[in-house]
Amino acid sequence: MTSTNAATAPAANPKAATPAEGALLTVQDLTTYFFTRQGLVKAVDGVSFELQRGETLAIVGESGCGKSITALSLMRLVPDPPGRILDKSRIVLDGVDVMKLDESAMRKVRGNDISMIFQEPMTSLNPVMTVGDQIAEVLLLHQGMTKAEATAKAVDMLRLVKIPTPEQRVREYPHQLSGGMRQRVMIAIAVACNPKVLIADEPTTALDVTIQAQILDLIVELQKKLGTAVILITHDLGVVAEAAQRVIVMYAGRKVEEASVEDLFGASLHPYTRGLLASIPRLDLIRGAEDTSPGRLQEIPGIVPALHDLPKGCAFAPRCTYADERCKAEYPAYEEKRPGHWAACWKSEIVAGGTNG
Amino acid sequence: MATYIIRRFFLMILTLIGMSILIFVMLRLVPGNISDILFDAAGMVNEADKARLEAELGLDKPIIVQYWTWISGLMTGDLGYAYVSEKPALDEILPRIPVTAKLALLALIFSVLIGVPLGVISAVKQDSILDYSLRVFSLSGLSLPSFWLALLILMAFVHYFGWIPIYTDKPASIWHEIGLLSIPALAVGFRASALIMRLTRSSMLEVLRQDYIRTARAKGASTASVNYNHALRNAVLPVITIIGIEAAFLIGGLIVTETVFNIPGVARFLVEAIRWRDYPIVQNLVMFIAVVTVVVNFLVDMAYVLLDPRIKYDD
Repeated sequence: MTSTNAATAPAANPKAATPAEGALLTVQDLTTYFFTRQGLVKAVDGVSFELQRGETLAIVGESGCGKSITALSLMRLVPDPPGRILDKSRIVLDGVDVMKLDESAMRKVRGNDISMIFQEPMTSLNPVMTVGDQIAEVLLLHQGMTKAEATAKAVDMLRLVKIPTPEQRVREYPHQLSGGMRQRVMIAIAVACNPKVLIADEPTTALDVTIQAQILDLIVELQKKLGTAVILITHDLGVVAEAAQRVIVMYAGRKVEEASVEDLFGASLHPYTRGLLASIPRLDLIRGAEDTSPGRLQEIPGIVPALHDLPKGCAFAPRCTYADERCKAEYPAYEEKRPGHWAACWKSEIVAGGTNG
Repeated sequence: MATYIIRRFFLMILTLIGMSILIFVMLRLVPGNISDILFDAAGMVNEADKARLEAELGLDKPIIVQYWTWISGLMTGDLGYAYVSEKPALDEILPRIPVTAKLALLALIFSVLIGVPLGVISAVKQDSILDYSLRVFSLSGLSLPSFWLALLILMAFVHYFGWIPIYTDKPASIWHEIGLLSIPALAVGFRASALIMRLTRSSMLEVLRQDYIRTARAKGASTASVNYNHALRNAVLPVITIIGIEAAFLIGGLIVTETVFNIPGVARFLVEAIRWRDYPIVQNLVMFIAVVTVVVNFLVDMAYVLLDPRIKYDD
């Protein structure tokens, strides 16, 4: 049964189980289940991690691996019903156990201590409110400002996220702005109260490629300026390489690998991470068509398993070229394979022997 | 915007001209005119007398001429004479309008005040006992005919209070008048409130699923603020349209209700006039209702501009 694995997986990770000194955010055994008609969906299953001050932590994985639900769980915004964050989960933000807060205390945390940028800038802003009012709303909620002060600050925030003519834009409605501009407004809302943690859930996915880099640069720049810790959720490893220091790879609701960006890109220890890295288009591969290499983009065969019907052993085993009987029968322990480099794979030593991509 | 309003104004005129033709033709397609009815009721058929009456009322003229007589009169404010009472039609219609207007307005206010909040509650508490009860309530509102509901209300008054609110055209105070009108207004407005409630509910459910609602929650906004400031402002847009359409339907509901509650309004008067084929009364009254409907729908379209910044009527 996977539930025993859920219990053993974090236990096999004693380092993550004890909050390290100075960690800004400590997440322990975060478990979010959805109780649906199809059955129990283990969207996030025993995920633990730490976030240091000023750090950028990337969470990577395919669609449906639980990245976004992890983010929503941190904000305690998982729709309930059908979803529920199990009581054993612990989220400690700067010494405050967020899971123990009541709803009204939690509201003071949201948008103030932790804030979030969403994937869809086109639909994430209220169409009938001016951009200025939407930025001012968080300031009125958390900073005890008057309406006039909040509006003045909203103009400053628009200037901070590099929106031209902010005095004019502040009175405009979302439909008058482009996708990139709207995402800038979302960022302005998210950082308006100078949060301790900023969660960016696929902030560039829905944008034009040319805009993606600008938005990413803006997030990195604001992080340096404001000292905010960032959790960057993405499926784009290019974004990870550019912006993050540490990476968590998730698969089917669980953490499968965690390492510094250098270690992960240099010598990943999980076949799934290898697959992700191999599926990035590369110019040298395309040019290499005449050499020995096949010049074709690698893909990971198969699809992400349905979360309400996970296999008994390693969830990745059905798609994994390394998998054997043990992988299919037993969930691999999440272990520190190299200093600071964790993975949940029985075959990580064999994987490490191969070359990336 | 200005060009839009001007264009809209001409469209309204065109609509009303079309309406006037329809009203006029349909009214004359109904079998029999006032002379047929009078002479049938009297049981005697003196062709010469009948022809003289028709000539006197101008009913023997070609239909085009009759239409022109009506429209040209309408332009100069001359609505002609009522056949039955033989008084100027304007004097017959005008005093009755305020009664019906008050009743319709009150019914509309009730239906919005009941329908919108209940729709919001029903959506916010989706699938709760409260939601189910409210949905049954609204379904009953849609299926109960207003005359039957009106009769039930009257019977309940008689049974429990031994008293019925009787209409008087000289109410003691405005509160007395509102009190008198609110019962028939509720009977009529119930159906509209049910419709508004159902629409508000489904519209709210739609909006509550939107990304910007999640954004509002992520900002730390309270549930009430999320539901009312963020969701309802978006959800109310389709409801406004229905309110515009319902305003016209209310007149239909008022016809029976005015009869049941014995209120001397326009609607009951209209039915009476139709029975006598009192053409000047019927065609002018229906024309008046058409004007109200067209104007209300124009106002609804204008309200969109205020409520939804995405809508701009410029060309």
